[in-house]
Amino acid sequence: MVNETDPAIGATETLVVEAKEAVRHRAPSRVQRVGDHVKREWQLYLMLLPTVIWLLVFLYKPMYGLQVAFKDYSIFRGVAGSPWIGFEHFETLFGNDQFLRALKNTVIMSFYTLLFGFPMPIILALMFNEVLNATFRKTAQTIVYLPHFISSVIIAGIVITAFSPSAGIVNTVMGWFGIDPIYFLTKPEWFRPIFVGTGIWQESGFQSIVYLAAIAGVSPTLYESAVIDGASRWQMMWKITIPSIMSTIIIMLIIRIGNILEVSFEMIILLYQPATYETADVVNTFIYRQGIQAGQYDFAAAAGLFNAVVAFVLVMAANTLSKRYSRTSLW
Amino acid sequence: MANMNLYSRGDKVFTIANMVLIGLFTVSTLYPFIYIASLSFSSGFEARAGNVILTPVQVTLEAYQYVLSNPQFWISYKNTFIYTIAGTLMSLVIIIPGAYALSRPQLVGRRFWNLMVAFTMWFNAGLIPFFLNMRDLGLLDSYFGIIIGFAVNGFNIILLRNFFESVPQSFEEAARMDGANEFQVLWKVYVPLSKPALATIALFCIVSRWNGFFWAMVLLQDDSKIPLQVFLRQTIATLSDDQEFGATLFDASYSFETVSAAIIVCSIIPVLIVYPFMQKYFEKGILLGGVKE
Repeated sequence: MVNETDPAIGATETLVVEAKEAVRHRAPSRVQRVGDHVKREWQLYLMLLPTVIWLLVFLYKPMYGLQVAFKDYSIFRGVAGSPWIGFEHFETLFGNDQFLRALKNTVIMSFYTLLFGFPMPIILALMFNEVLNATFRKTAQTIVYLPHFISSVIIAGIVITAFSPSAGIVNTVMGWFGIDPIYFLTKPEWFRPIFVGTGIWQESGFQSIVYLAAIAGVSPTLYESAVIDGASRWQMMWKITIPSIMSTIIIMLIIRIGNILEVSFEMIILLYQPATYETADVVNTFIYRQGIQAGQYDFAAAAGLFNAVVAFVLVMAANTLSKRYSRTSLW
Repeated sequence: MANMNLYSRGDKVFTIANMVLIGLFTVSTLYPFIYIASLSFSSGFEARAGNVILTPVQVTLEAYQYVLSNPQFWISYKNTFIYTIAGTLMSLVIIIPGAYALSRPQLVGRRFWNLMVAFTMWFNAGLIPFFLNMRDLGLLDSYFGIIIGFAVNGFNIILLRNFFESVPQSFEEAARMDGANEFQVLWKVYVPLSKPALATIALFCIVSRWNGFFWAMVLLQDDSKIPLQVFLRQTIATLSDDQEFGATLFDASYSFETVSAAIIVCSIIPVLIVYPFMQKYFEKGILLGGVKE
């Protein structure tokens, strides 16, 4: 035992002696400088430690766990112990009609949200900007920001109640015009309009804050000289305000396109039912049902990995684009 | 900006039309809440008949009695308070020192640590690996799992780090002269100067905790641990199922609609109480996050 380790100790000793010599003659080595630095600044690293540990345990460890997508996972063998099966799950996935449908629905719903939801906060911000009465403006803003802070369970509860076939306000109003009641939430053709509409209703106000800030940054002298030139408010909006906030609009658009695979699936889980899966099921709700509810963890993880990789590529591309556009990266 | 009487007639029409449109949008935002509140105070019979449009019809508190007499409602309410308060404190305790360390120029490997945070904003392992990890850690069905498992997010760290970086060095010099260590500098110089940023982050945490639903539903099985949102969901789902199958669990004094509405009102009230205080901060806070690197 002693003999075995002896040479190592000897070698270490030599190294230490050499290192000490080196200190005497030359600038301290990199390792030593870092060592001294840590000794001096250990408090900083102690402060960083909880964050790093948290990230490793709750976000990076699951990334390691993504390997189940390539494994025949069993609970008893665990993530590391389960046998590898290569791309089998991915092959099943791309032959799975439900997954392909979910992928299609995700893109369609994101696209509609973008198409109808993206202009809304811009329009709202422009409109708020034209309000001269400060009290009116403040009150209206307070109200339209509010739904952002209400939980999706409550919003879904409101939607379910309002669209209820027996007593919901929507069917009541339709009844005034002699239209027969519709059980909206069981109709596949109604799901997307209701989902997209709810999203716009909930988020437009809050999203307008970014544009309002951009508008607040426009130099007042531009408007002053336009007023002298006799420009109307309508003209000033089109010729000054909109061009001035164009870069904000483009950056927000790029971010939104980068996040096209992100639909608020929590809201979908709350609103959909088997009758509407056809149009409502998205990738994350598919993963939730297959994985967490049905226990096919490996297969569902493969769907998740595919989703995450595509999303990552899109976000990176969006970041590169906006960097090129604005010379300031998003991160 | 300019004198009012400089505006032409066209401008007046424009201004008025604009106010009307904003008014309409505001009313359409507010109306669903008024509708729900009115439903909750109406009798089940009138609600069923579709007679509640704007104000309560046949005012009654039966729906509230039904909700408030359910012990599970109070258990969930208490749990939501626990998750919100403990969760927010946990977030701040981890994030504040972490963001401070990341903001210090002398931190070795600063680029690496920052990238480690930022990467989690671009790439996410997804639902299944996160769930399996929580299970492997023994954090299913546990208060602690909910509190710790969602304590940190990259966006909040970067937001706070940016704020700390914007604090001029001169502020801490006096404290350094007095021989303050890093913890003292953070606590006595940076934290007081960063109140708006900290308030913003605390509010983001509080709101996301109060509203948190999906993971609470997935990770918690035991009814004694579920938060309000999960209880709300369970109630609405059960009641609307009953309705679907035509079961008449309810007499005329309350119905599916009025009971759902009553729970919604009860869980929205705390948000409405904090909301005015929040508004001051979130308008600025949302922009802090936009100023990056």
